[in-house]
Amino acid sequence: MGAQLRVYRQKIRSAQTTKKITRAMELISASRIQKAQQRVAASAPYSRAITRAVSAVATYSNVDHPLTSEREKLDTAAIVVFTSDRGLAGAFSSSILKEAEQLAELLRSEGKKVVFYLLGRKAVGYFSFRKRASVASWTGGTDQPVFETAKEIADAVVEAYNLDDEEGGVDEIHLVYNRFVSMVTQTPEVVRLLPLEIVEGEATETESHEVYPLYEFEPDAETVLDKLLPIYVESRIFNAMLQSAAAEHAARQKAMKSASDNADNLIRDYTRLANNARQTEITQQISEIVGGADALASAK
Amino acid sequence: MAKPLTVSVVSADQQIWSGEASMVVAKTVEGEIGILAGHEPLLAILSAGEVRVNATSGERLVARADDGFLSVENDTVTIVARDAELIK
Repeated sequence: MGAQLRVYRQKIRSAQTTKKITRAMELISASRIQKAQQRVAASAPYSRAITRAVSAVATYSNVDHPLTSEREKLDTAAIVVFTSDRGLAGAFSSSILKEAEQLAELLRSEGKKVVFYLLGRKAVGYFSFRKRASVASWTGGTDQPVFETAKEIADAVVEAYNLDDEEGGVDEIHLVYNRFVSMVTQTPEVVRLLPLEIVEGEATETESHEVYPLYEFEPDAETVLDKLLPIYVESRIFNAMLQSAAAEHAARQKAMKSASDNADNLIRDYTRLANNARQTEITQQISEIVGGADALASAK
Repeated sequence: MAKPLTVSVVSADQQIWSGEASMVVAKTVEGEIGILAGHEPLLAILSAGEVRVNATSGERLVARADDGFLSVENDTVTIVARDAELIK
């Protein structure tokens, strides 16, 4: 009987230690969501300015830029997968990987070859476990993305996009990332980055002055577009990284909160069982003593 | 005096400065350009160099904006650079 009590106590202790960890992670994530959200908000003026500028150039010049024009033959598609470096964030990375797999399936069914660019240790682990190839991968710092990484990724994909098919070039680039909707909801988002479909970030704002003014370009529209488009790609990728980071923290907070709650339940259940076991043990000891005393008394 | 310009200096991760100014001087790939209120809409690529903003408050600030661009429309000037920073 004593053994059973000890087992229960062990389980309670283990649940308590786990709870300490999950509770701490929950609090850390909760404080980081704020910061991550602020970073998303702080980067908004940049992406808005760039989007406006790109839309303006695209509307007022008939420049046929390689980054905007759809190719006749779409052979290869690249998917950039934004996952996290660490686990314990619920379905954060797995939902993204699932989404990426579905997209890859769809593209393959259209007869395209699919190549992957990976972000985050989770994606790299997923691919290396299945012994699948990826073109490039970036790990570390998915919870606090820096612009340099976004630039590297943008440079890599734009370079691949500009290459010919024979040299391993790609014709389409898709991004798969988690979008931060609210503290409790993060939705996997699939966006085709290249060829560009320029989307205005704030639809309501543009409706008031839908017509872009006739810009003067310096030095000329083509050069401006040439310069702007890679910046636009960078800013879209950076935005995806920031969104993904905010979503990661939110997902982790939610997962850790439910883990802490589960630990609470476990501790409660095991405490009851342990009390029960202790009481049984005491009752048994008393009855043994009484039985022993009786036997001694009757033996006299 | 003419209506002041609304100026914002933006980098990749934050808005660095915004406010009203009487004049903005920037260096584009084609040379220095000064922008006063009523300037025609413009999209220009900046070359490495400084952007000077004369704020209406009398403040004069200088920002480094390498590798960025400048847009002007309706007396709103936006200076966008990946890593812009205020020098003073």
